[in-house]
Amino acid sequence: MSFSRRQFVRGGVTAFTFGFAAPQMLCDLAFAQGVPGRNLVIVYLSGGNDSLSTVIPYRDPNYLVRRPTIGVPAGSVIQIGTDSSRVDLGLHPRLTGLKSIFDAGRLAIVQRTGYANQSRSHFTGYDIWGTASTTNISGTGWMGRYLDQLPSPVDPLVAWNTQRETPRPLIASKVGVPAITSPAAYAFSSPNTGAEAGYERTAQTKISSHIPVDRPHLAFVNSTTQAALGTLDRVATVATYRPTLTYPNNGFAQALQAVAGAMNKQIGTKVFWVQTGGFDTHSAQGVNQTNGAYYGMMGTLGDGLKAFYDDLNAQGMLNNTVVMIYSEFGRRISENGSSGTDHGAAANMMVLGGLVRGGIYGTAPNLNTDPNNPTLENAAADVKWETDFRSVYAKIVDNWLGASSVTILGGDYRAGAPNIL
Amino acid sequence: MLEHILRRMGFGATQADLAYWADLPLTTVITQLLNYESLPADVDSKIGNPAYAGITTAAGQPFSPDTLINDARQRWLFRILHSQRPLEEKMALFWHNHFATAYSKVAGNSSGEWGTRMMDGDPKNFNGNGRGQIQLLRQYATGNFRDLLIELAKDPAMIYWLDGRTNTRTRPQENFGREIMELFTMGIGNYTEQDVYAAARVFTGYNVELVGDRNDRVNSYYRYIYRPTDHDTNAKEFTFAIYPDGSKTIPARAATAGEQDGVDFINALARHPATAQRLVTRLYKFFINETRDPDPAFINQVAQTYMTSNYSIKATLQKLLISEPFLNPSNMWQRYSWPVEYVARAIKETGWTGFSVNTAMTPLLNMGQQLFEPPDVNGWELGPGWFSTSSMLNRMNFSSTLAANQRFNLARDAQPYKQAPERVLEYMLSRFQTTGFESGATAAMMEYLRSGAAWTGSDAQLQQKVPGLTRLIVGAGEYQFN
Repeated sequence: MSFSRRQFVRGGVTAFTFGFAAPQMLCDLAFAQGVPGRNLVIVYLSGGNDSLSTVIPYRDPNYLVRRPTIGVPAGSVIQIGTDSSRVDLGLHPRLTGLKSIFDAGRLAIVQRTGYANQSRSHFTGYDIWGTASTTNISGTGWMGRYLDQLPSPVDPLVAWNTQRETPRPLIASKVGVPAITSPAAYAFSSPNTGAEAGYERTAQTKISSHIPVDRPHLAFVNSTTQAALGTLDRVATVATYRPTLTYPNNGFAQALQAVAGAMNKQIGTKVFWVQTGGFDTHSAQGVNQTNGAYYGMMGTLGDGLKAFYDDLNAQGMLNNTVVMIYSEFGRRISENGSSGTDHGAAANMMVLGGLVRGGIYGTAPNLNTDPNNPTLENAAADVKWETDFRSVYAKIVDNWLGASSVTILGGDYRAGAPNIL
Repeated sequence: MLEHILRRMGFGATQADLAYWADLPLTTVITQLLNYESLPADVDSKIGNPAYAGITTAAGQPFSPDTLINDARQRWLFRILHSQRPLEEKMALFWHNHFATAYSKVAGNSSGEWGTRMMDGDPKNFNGNGRGQIQLLRQYATGNFRDLLIELAKDPAMIYWLDGRTNTRTRPQENFGREIMELFTMGIGNYTEQDVYAAARVFTGYNVELVGDRNDRVNSYYRYIYRPTDHDTNAKEFTFAIYPDGSKTIPARAATAGEQDGVDFINALARHPATAQRLVTRLYKFFINETRDPDPAFINQVAQTYMTSNYSIKATLQKLLISEPFLNPSNMWQRYSWPVEYVARAIKETGWTGFSVNTAMTPLLNMGQQLFEPPDVNGWELGPGWFSTSSMLNRMNFSSTLAANQRFNLARDAQPYKQAPERVLEYMLSRFQTTGFESGATAAMMEYLRSGAAWTGSDAQLQQKVPGLTRLIVGAGEYQFN
């Protein structure tokens, strides 16, 4: 909730000011920090993705019974084989791009991720996934804690948020993550031109360099200004990036293009946050119709990721990149009266990248409405978790970022982690 | 202190505003701002008058604030700048964040024109019908909170936004039932998932209908309708008291009488102590201080007023604002300005002659606050949440755009001080209200005024340096607080 977020940032602003480095040092820092070239891209599906419509147990006898209007007919899914419990699975018909990555062995699907007593609230759920904690959900984000343990001072561009608001997972106590929605628009304008504009930028930089420790809120805002002014020139190089293919013309794909550009221009960013929304599909979900809402969102997701994957592949950067895709909860199994689905529980995560061990992990839910069905919860209304989502985080922190998941996640979640990396 | 009151109960002040209020006791100022009903409500008639900020119409269209969303956004920002009832607009904005309904979903399920009308259609322009949600929020801005909740449960935009149209007895739909408890009233932790399911059933049958021929743009409109055949007539059990006697069950009712379920449920939510605490705390953070936790005793006092006044928002505000905390200097500047507050105050203090409010629309979007488009049902991320490198850059760049637009006015105003840059700086620092600059920051401004050609105070130099200095001040961190 927003109150707790504010309380947290209040506690964090002082520390934040001490972590800030002078702009001239930043470029060097960027290269000094961390495994060269290794990136993590977090893709968040905002609103609670109905993952039973993303990866579909299309032969489950209860699937179409419980989803008479929004269920995808067996003949329409993109078959991807069976999981370890021999449940036949298919991707949503619009996910042709993801199918090719799956076939290349570079897409891992982890079924039924979640946690005990899963929250059905967007905000609580988002904060639990963001903090990796079910008890202290107003603290730093799990990725924020990773950034905090990097050697100080930290380069402001070590992480890049493509949204306007800083997402919970990237909230750190020492590092302010820049929000760069468009590299081309990330520029300093002036009422004057030429040398005069330069004088203004110099003066604004000096004014914002006053970061009084006894005025923590002003210090926070001035530090934000400093970080903006100190990163403008490097971000400007990303705007000159010309990809090896044409990305779809939507916000999600354009954000991924900027991420590829940042990697290509080697500006030093290690963690990227990308988001696509519309998943709170309470009504008229439109899973099957080519002009339906969910159908369109699958197109946005699949086509964007495919363009990104192919672009990185062409650049030879695929092996440096891991993409993790998740949402705050899955949705109710039975459709509601509005041809939509209400808030549910466990859902799939997906991880892709050049060094990812692709395949299907975990077991699908059995959709039988028996209240004792062990794969379901809430009187068989929702999918029950099988794999703790934090074990996937642990795998990424330990095996990809080379840090300690026990420290960053505040506990040992390595047991039972899917062997995706 | 007068400036503080006008920043908090409105959107800042022009020199003329300050002169108007200057001779009155502060308590009188607060009381008059609070009891605005007798003040003129004719702000819309000033649109197009060159003495006020301008608007920009879409190509080939008349100004259509009831039916085109960008024009609706301009009308609201115009009202924020020029209304003689600033608290009415301030509270409308507070409620807009609280009930956080987004135009895009309403329009996506209807049309751009209907979506705009449901968000902010002014009934005056439609024979008294089809009141948009923001109009409702203005009407009840300082009214009764219970009544406001009832009206919102029946508000067409809300019914579209939280999917009430498809909430029926055979397939109850939880969106509104959940959020009215989690976000509009008690807050999380005060109810269970079973309460959510029961709440969904309470509002089955609450729906909308189109009246008249939709092609008759003036006489047709959306309105609330109760559909008995969609209502779940069974009893609904909750984990908290619904009735004053402590009973937790809304009784089974005939379908034709089922509309009363929602009224009973909203009565219970308005009466719940957690609602009083949560609402008063949110008002405290909006009007007094969001950087420190409030004194629980003060919150309890104000919450008590909310309860004893039968949920009167005006009585609650009066208790909150005619108080020691509101006028305590330690609470000055203890709010991060929302982008709309920042933009409005910057315009009021910089000037608006020849400035179209449309110029602020894209910057507001990039600062993170597009009117009629909160990011989700939780509203905007307030406080430090407004500030990222990108949003700060957009605040700085808006100050640049505004200063360039007001170049000649600013230079003219600085004329009397032109003999020395020190005097120009002194004047500009008194013209713009900030949390206060430290000496190093003002030295950087002085250095800026002296950079380049030697100081002559010529018109050309003032027209360059004064807008440049304006952007430095209005774009500074010290200006981003309220």
